[in-house]
Order: sequence, then C-alpha cells, then structure tokens
Amino acid sequence: MKHSMVKYLAISAMVAVLAACSSAVPLNDKPVVESKTGKAPTGTDGRAVPTIIPGDADPLNDPKGVLAKRSVYFDYDSYTVKSEYRELVQNHAKYLVANPNRKVVVQGNTDERGGAEYNLALGQRRADAVKTLMLALGVKETQIESVSFGKEKPKATGSNEAAYAENRRSDIAYQ
Amino acid sequence: MNYLQFFMHSSPFNTLHRTVSALLVTAIFALVSSQAHAQLKIDITGVGANQIAFSAAPFQGNQGLPEDIKKVIESDLVRSGFFRAINTTSNIELNETTLIDPTAWKSIGVDALIVGSVKKLPDGRLDLRFNLHDTAQQKSLGKFSYVIAPSALRLHAHKIADFVYEKLLGEKGVFSTRLAYVEKSPGRYRLIIADADGANPQVALASKEPIISPAWSPDGTQLAYVSFETRKPVVFVHTLATGRRKALANFKGSNSAPAWSANGQQLAVVLTKEGGSQIFSMGADGSGLNKLTSTGGINTEPAYSHDGRSIYFTSDRGGGPQVYRMSTSGGDASRVTFEGGYNISPRISPDDKTLTYVTRRDGQFRIAALDLAGGTEMLLTSTGRDESPSFSPNGRYILYATKAGGKGTLAVVSKDGRIKYSLSNSGADIAEPTWGPFLND
Repeated sequence: MKHSMVKYLAISAMVAVLAACSSAVPLNDKPVVESKTGKAPTGTDGRAVPTIIPGDADPLNDPKGVLAKRSVYFDYDSYTVKSEYRELVQNHAKYLVANPNRKVVVQGNTDERGGAEYNLALGQRRADAVKTLMLALGVKETQIESVSFGKEKPKATGSNEAAYAENRRSDIAYQ
Repeated sequence: MNYLQFFMHSSPFNTLHRTVSALLVTAIFALVSSQAHAQLKIDITGVGANQIAFSAAPFQGNQGLPEDIKKVIESDLVRSGFFRAINTTSNIELNETTLIDPTAWKSIGVDALIVGSVKKLPDGRLDLRFNLHDTAQQKSLGKFSYVIAPSALRLHAHKIADFVYEKLLGEKGVFSTRLAYVEKSPGRYRLIIADADGANPQVALASKEPIISPAWSPDGTQLAYVSFETRKPVVFVHTLATGRRKALANFKGSNSAPAWSANGQQLAVVLTKEGGSQIFSMGADGSGLNKLTSTGGINTEPAYSHDGRSIYFTSDRGGGPQVYRMSTSGGDASRVTFEGGYNISPRISPDDKTLTYVTRRDGQFRIAALDLAGGTEMLLTSTGRDESPSFSPNGRYILYATKAGGKGTLAVVSKDGRIKYSLSNSGADIAEPTWGPFLND
C-alpha cells in the first residue's frame, strides 16, 4: 500500500512535468484546426465521408505545393506586384479564404541603398501591394498584417545588383 | 588688461609676482611640436591660422588613476578643430595654484594654459581642480574644483574641456555630451551609448533583431527607438538610467521614426495602420494619438523644430523623396528641399536656421546643409554612403554614419564643412548615430 502510494505520487509528478512542457508550443506549430459544424448544410445527405491521408493534409506544409512559394519580387524603385507573381498571391489568397482562421504577415524588404527609415517606408509599400491584392481576392483584413523590415534584414548580403534584386521582396509569413 | 596696461599699472605686488614668475620661466623647457594625437585623423581646412594654441600640463596626482585627465582634455580640444596642442615640459609640477608667468608662456607660443590637480579624499571620492590661464590677457579665466566619484573622472575631464572651449570661443562645448548608435553583427544588434569622443561605450539594449532610429529625449534621460524584436517594427521608449522601457507605439503594421518635441511632452511617430506611412503625434505617455499627414504614399522621418512650431519630414508626395515642413498640428506642408531628386532624413539645427539631410547626387549619398533663410545649400561630405545626420547640441557639428572598409563608421563634420573627423575604430559595423542633448547637471 505504501509502495503504491509512492508510485502514484511519482506518476502525478510526471504528469505535472508533461503539462508544463506542453504549454511551451512554438508559434508555428499550431495544430491545424478543422472547422466543424453541428448541422450539415441542407441538400446534402449528411453522410459524406472525407478521405484522410495519413500524415499532414494541410497543403501549406507540402514542400512541393503551390503554397511553398512565398516570396514576391519587385523591380527597382517599383511597388507593384508583377504579373508573374499574381498567381502566387492568388494561391495564398485562395488558401486564406478557405481557411479564415489562418493569418499571415506580409513582410516588405528593400535593398541596402538609402536611409533606414525611408527604406522602411518603401518596404511597407511592397508589403501593402501584396496585402491590397489579397484583400481584392477576398481575404479578410483581419487575416493580414503588412509590415516592413526595410533594409534591415537582407536575405542576400553584398553590394551588387544580384543581392539588391534578391532583397527587393515581400515575404508571406504564416502565423 | 592687455600687455601694455600690465606694465603701466605695475604695483609692488605685481612686481613681486613678476619676480617669482620670472624664476619659473627658467623652469620651462621649450616645446615639442603640436601633433600629439596621430591615431585620430582630423581633417581641417581653412581654420588652421585661427587655431588657439594651448598647453595642458599633466594633472598633479593623476598617476595611478584610470583616466589621463590631460590627455582627455587635450584630445577633446584638438578634435574640435579650433585648438592646437603645444607640448611643453616643466621641471616643476604645475597645478591650479602655481604662479605662472604669462609672458614666458606666450613667448613659447602658448595662448592658453590648463593646469590642475586631482587628489583622493578619505571617503574615496576625488577632488579635481583646474585653472585656465589666458597668457595674452595675462589672467586666469576660471578656477574650479569638483568633488566626484572616481567613475566620473572622464566625464569631468570632458567638462573641463567644455569650460575651456566656452571661455575661449564663446559657445558651449559638447565634449561632455553623449552619442547613441547601433552596432550590427550577424544576428546581433546593440544599442550603444558612448561619450561624444566615441569612448566609454555602454550597451543599453542587446537584441537578435534590428534596432534603428534612436532619438534622445530633450533632457537626455530617455531614448526612443524602433526595435524589430517582435518580428515587426515597434517604437519603444527606454529610460537609460534604469533600463526600464515600454512599447510606445505598437499598432497593426509598422511603427517607426520616433521624434521628440522640443519640450519632451510629445512624440511624433510614423504608423502604417491606416494605409501608407503617416506621421502621428502622441503624448510621451502614449496618450492622445493625432494624425498629422494624410497624403497617399510616404510621410516619414519627422523632426521637430526647437521653437516648437514646425515638423520637418520626408515625403514622396511630389514624386521622389523631399523634405517638407508643416505645423506641429499637421495640415498644409511646404516643400523645403529642391536640389536633387532624393533628399531624406532631415534634422534641424538648435537655432532652427540650418537644415541637414541626406541627398543623393549622381548615385552618391552625401550630407548636405541648407541655410533656411538664404536658401544656400552646401554639400558637406563626399564619401558616397553617408546617412543619418544629426546636429551637436551647440549646432557646430553634424554627426553621421559613413562607410570605411565595407563597414559603417561614425564621422563628424562641422556645419561649414571645414572640420572633419572620424570617431570609431572598433572594427564593428555601426549605423544610426544620433548626437544627444546637453546634460542638465
């Protein structure tokens, strides 16, 4: 009896430790929540069976899927989304419309030339351009935040045209 | 009293004084030439002939203390561009009470002589004293004593240099003021507070994410800045003495470009929460958000004038970025810069008469100064990658960031462009410098 009591205490201590661990979930590791409604829409038989594929079904996590591309590049001194990146933005907009609980931060960037604050404002224009397009495609305002890193977080270092082109960019970051 | 009057009014006391001094003359050996600080490169054009020749004697009792007082004073004065150091040696120790013979010092080319002493007090504090002699006017211009903590020795050496500068030039010195700047290395950003000579750097904030746009409160106790620590630009206000800080502007979108009003009660910030980059004002406690601009596109980098009436800022409302001016309550703005297609980062001199900014000319980013009354623009630098200008609190100099060997470094230019020197040599990549205000103590 005494022995089992000790065991019990040990187990409850372990449970406490596990509970403590589970509270530290990294932000990107949010579980995919599927929206469930109690009532099936009228006109369907209510007996449809969804197919479950083992593993992760969220297309966002498919490294070969259309949502894997998340960078929109801009021309020098330009803040409009080029036609070649419209499809990329559309794919993300579609996903966000279908998943209204998901949120993105669009992060604008510039090359290193010029002042920090003016570049921050220019990067904001690049982020806003992507946001505006997404809003036009039906994404809710509450799902998007556009922010700027200006020239402060260059992906490519170096003072040459190739690096500058790489840094004239907006990234779509899921929260 | 000039030299001639000195002879005519010779009293018995003066005669005695002169005899004692005459003995001391023989104790002064001739001089070594002036360039005592070769490690600091100071580029001076056009003022050389007007420089005041001074000599600072070693402070009696300085040995064994962490700072060489004479050296700090000497490099401050030399760096200003208005002084030339004359090295002299004496076979007696000079201090603030030594009777000196001005004529003898004048004869070896010394216009101003700084002497002093430092003594440890029983309670551990230091008694720092000095005396500034004007050898041409043959009188002392001031004799002072400070009782200070040993850690304040360097600051007080700067204060002595400030005193000398002000007495001899008639404008306040800035040697005891401070600078703020950001030191960058991959994955590490540090907000640094240093003395005006770049020495004594202290880290106020160490972050893994970028920090930009530090702005001093007018009383020098707080810094506002933009930190990306939450993966987006947020404006913080940080009290330096305590390290306590708060997010002043953390709205949806980007929050940036903080600027303090002259009385310290308001801050202007740039927010994107309503579309575009717009300038807002708010109380220093975060209350009373008030939108000041509403043109589409970019309005950023607000800078309050010191008379409390205007805000200078950068806007692309006319196409490329130019500097504009509006009332502190917003509304109509008038364009201020017209030369060149890219003028950003305005800062206004303490007397509100000169505007400094970054201008791009032929692909080069240079620091410019515009005389607002006359409309004359001067390009002060030609290093090509110059950014972030700010005035010294006496309005004499402009601190800015430039590139040397691929790294950001600090440089200073006088507002007339004649004096230039570079400050940092630590090898770190430095950006976003800003010169702090006069200290109230």
